[in-house]
Amino acid sequence: MKKQLLFKAILALSAALILSAAWMVSQRSVKAAPPSESSITGTVKLEGTPPHQRPIDMSKEPSCAAVHKANPVTTENVVVGTDGGLKNVVVYLSEGWSGPETAVSSGPNWDQHGCQYIPHVMGLDVNQHFKVTNSDPTSHNIHPMPKPGGPNHEWNKSQPSGAPPIDTSWPAEEVAIHVKCNIHPWMSGYMVVVKGPYGVSDDSGSFKVEGVPPGNYTLTAWQETYGAQTQKVTVAAGKPATANFTFKAK
Amino acid sequence: MRTQMLKFAACALAVLAFAGISFAQVTEYQEEQNLGMEAHADHLTGHAKSAAMNYRRYCAGCHGVLGDGEGENAVWIDPKPRNFTLATFKCRSTPSGTLPTDEDLFNTIGRGLEASNMPSWNPLSSQQRIDLIAYVKHFSDRWKTEKPGPPIEIPTEPEVTADRIKAGQVVFQKLECWKCHGVEGRANGPSADTLTDDQNRPIKPFNFHDQTRFKCGSTDRDLYRIFMTGLDGTPMPSFADNVKPEEAWDLVFYLRTLQPMHTKEKEIAKQLGLKPINPNAPAPASAPAPQPQTNDTKPQ
Repeated sequence: MKKQLLFKAILALSAALILSAAWMVSQRSVKAAPPSESSITGTVKLEGTPPHQRPIDMSKEPSCAAVHKANPVTTENVVVGTDGGLKNVVVYLSEGWSGPETAVSSGPNWDQHGCQYIPHVMGLDVNQHFKVTNSDPTSHNIHPMPKPGGPNHEWNKSQPSGAPPIDTSWPAEEVAIHVKCNIHPWMSGYMVVVKGPYGVSDDSGSFKVEGVPPGNYTLTAWQETYGAQTQKVTVAAGKPATANFTFKAK
Repeated sequence: MRTQMLKFAACALAVLAFAGISFAQVTEYQEEQNLGMEAHADHLTGHAKSAAMNYRRYCAGCHGVLGDGEGENAVWIDPKPRNFTLATFKCRSTPSGTLPTDEDLFNTIGRGLEASNMPSWNPLSSQQRIDLIAYVKHFSDRWKTEKPGPPIEIPTEPEVTADRIKAGQVVFQKLECWKCHGVEGRANGPSADTLTDDQNRPIKPFNFHDQTRFKCGSTDRDLYRIFMTGLDGTPMPSFADNVKPEEAWDLVFYLRTLQPMHTKEKEIAKQLGLKPINPNAPAPASAPAPQPQTNDTKPQ
């Protein structure tokens, strides 16, 4: 009787060992390098004369006005850099992505500095965590306004100077969520929540969408004033694809 | 040829009509499902189905038959009636961005909303009111997929002291309540004129000198809850992340000194000779720690 019990215990133990070993092996294979991922690079340009950007009067918030004393700031609805490069355009895979929703692991930061949002436009994955920080000596209220009645919900939180960061995420795709501060009505920014890899264009309008497996995709570029443009892109194994976008000034 | 065309048209029409009927049936079926919504508060269970008549009679005039806030009276009303299909509510005991509890909605309908066209519905029985809450909930699917947020905890109200009122004023300055509500709470802060609600309609901050009651209640606990949870859909944010319960009570006591009616707090402030804050002075680093209760500064 005792012997049988012992035998059973050994059997159970060995089964557990085999299972755990199998689990470890399976985890390792998941962590192994993904099959020849590639990237999509390109430039976003603006054709024509960019619309006038109004200067922002921050005299009601002297601490912020002081930050911009040397370099007065304007609205950022259309930001054109060198050679007509269009900044703050989010480029993402609107069709063809079959991987996990959250492709990017490290959470970006949404800072409030000099009564402006930095970055002005932020790309995010569904459920990707991000931090909201306040580097100003004044209070802000962070008020993201997703489409009413949609799967993402509006919230509104005060963040006084020196307050700890707010860590949060968005549960669903949305292009794009307008963020404002009611205390400083000139503050405006956008969070673009997508599934899979994305890139945001820099000062020269260049972007890079990384971690794209070979395949056929629809690539969408979204700009806050001009809306979205799409094009088909084929990505081959180990060979970066190129895609350029041109928006026309209205 | 002609008859063939006619036949085809008839067929197409029949198909369309059939699709229309089946679509209507689907939505009717869905409506039937939605009307299964319940609400629970005060040991009462509300059934949406039982409230259909009362909703049409008492609520639809402003909130609309479809619950979209587009009732026939809506154009004449400011602030606008709530759009129930969006499931965003001002008066909550739950964190910003979450659904209110059934009890929150039950309290709102009983109390009415100050400075708006929403009266108190206490003349209806509590069963009728909880049924109406279930009906309000049946307009949005959000109630099927989400649970209300965890209600914030409100600790027992401490004794009001002169030190607490002074500390409350420091909190008022530190949190920059005055940016909208004004240094004296007269709704004339530098940002007051620029405020808009979530539908981009102009909205005014609360004037503490104007009203004895607040949007979401009139007690000290109501006031505590209002600034801790914020009023969703308006510029009023939640302060819960950055205000400790002690500080929150201090702020409640200070806000009471601004109101038009006689309050114990106002009396103390008068004795202290409390001056309005000076927003140009550097903001204090942090509120002084709450002092142990001293009774000598209290009025007799």
